[in-house]
Amino acid sequence: MELLTPSGGLLFWMTIAFGVVFFILAKFAFPVILDSVEKREKFIDTQLDAARAAEVRIAGLEAEGEKIIADAEREKVNILKDAAASRDKIVGDARETAQEEAARIIAEAKKQAQEEKDAILASARGEVAMIAVQMATKVLRGQLSDKEAQEALQEILGDEAVTERG
Amino acid sequence: MTRRTIIFIVAALLALAAPRMLSASGHGDGGEFSPKEMVMEHLADSYEWHITSFKGRDIIVPLPVIVRSSTGWHVFSSDKICHEGAVYEGLYIAHEGKYKDKIVEDVGDVQKRPIDISLTKTACGAIFSLLVVMILFLVAARAYKKKEEIDYCPKGLAGLLEWLISSILDSVIKPCVGSKWRKFAPYLLTAFFFIFITNLLGLIPIFPAGANVTGNITITLFMAVMTMLAVNLFGSKHYFKEIFWPDVPVFLKAIPLMPLIEIIGIFTKPFALMMRLFANILAGHSIILSLCCIIFVTVHMGAAVNGSMTAVALLFMIFMNCLELLVAFLQAYVFTMLSSVFIGLAQEGH
Repeated sequence: MELLTPSGGLLFWMTIAFGVVFFILAKFAFPVILDSVEKREKFIDTQLDAARAAEVRIAGLEAEGEKIIADAEREKVNILKDAAASRDKIVGDARETAQEEAARIIAEAKKQAQEEKDAILASARGEVAMIAVQMATKVLRGQLSDKEAQEALQEILGDEAVTERG
Repeated sequence: MTRRTIIFIVAALLALAAPRMLSASGHGDGGEFSPKEMVMEHLADSYEWHITSFKGRDIIVPLPVIVRSSTGWHVFSSDKICHEGAVYEGLYIAHEGKYKDKIVEDVGDVQKRPIDISLTKTACGAIFSLLVVMILFLVAARAYKKKEEIDYCPKGLAGLLEWLISSILDSVIKPCVGSKWRKFAPYLLTAFFFIFITNLLGLIPIFPAGANVTGNITITLFMAVMTMLAVNLFGSKHYFKEIFWPDVPVFLKAIPLMPLIEIIGIFTKPFALMMRLFANILAGHSIILSLCCIIFVTVHMGAAVNGSMTAVALLFMIFMNCLELLVAFLQAYVFTMLSSVFIGLAQEGH
């Protein structure tokens, strides 16, 4: 039964001791610890939020970068395509011009050659005619020295003129 | 720590406790060992702190006796009064009767009990463990104050205590008390750590630990009253309305049946807290001591029986000590949890 009987003296000391310790701990120990824990919790939370925001931003930047790269790629392809097209065009144009020029030069050369040939032929003909005339003159001089020959010729020429008038 | 080291330490502690048991066996002058007397001597409060006996001499820490008798205040050391037949300034310790083992005085023919606020063994044990708790937390709190930065987790003692505090806060106090947990956290944490550390110290059989503090009904009564005050002094209007005018049919309130039950409930809750803690710790101490007594009871039964029973008792004591480690935490946890629940229930309706 003694174990079940509370003792006043012990209760007195317990009240004082517990009261003092509770007061000291409640004033100097627990608030400090709880505040620190709470502050750290908040700090960790804000840091996590910041990290999450940074992650989102980085993801955005990455996407933007990728978009820029893709745009640049497209631009490059376009430029290359344009360049190829203009190159082809230039080459084509050049070839055309060259061909035209060549054709023109050739044509001119041909024309000139023709003209020269014609001139040469004409002069040759003239010369041949002159030579022939001179030869004929010489031949005629020889042949027409006698009368008969002169009369025969007159006849021939007369016949010819008749047939020509014919 | 390996398992072997733990077993070694437990065995060493038990070996240290053994001389005390031997001395207890020497108490009854006939040499007859009385387990009941030995166990009761440990469980009950005393004016002196008996550490051990060495070669027939008791090694005792005398404690201050403070009484107010019919002749006024008396303050003296307990060694003046604690031996057989000692009478000091008209005061002596009763050996039988209503005030057995308490300081009494004779006023006329009547044995009277003076006002007694002696620092008994249990009082010293309680003060010692309160000091331990206070030093632990002040040291831990200093670690926080010193460090300006809050970005880092504390290490060492502060880290260990923060881990315990956080787990109690998050698993017990916050969910049970509710939104006003901050107001009650200091009390609940003090209660938890006082009970927990006192329970642990109670398992160490070496001075100045080893007193049966949380197994003393006065201590648990005090703790229960503290919880009762915390519940009722800070109770909400809703809580008191539920007690005096609950939402039940009027005829249950007209004859104040429900209010009566509720008012009884105010006292039964802390009563249950008081008895639970008291009985659990008392039972643990008694079982370990009783197992220890087996060794000394079987001394006269021959070497074989005594040897084998010693081994068995040791095994059981190791087991019980491990179990008591669990109980030490569990009872502190349960006390804190139920206190939190009662406080939380009284906070409802805010």
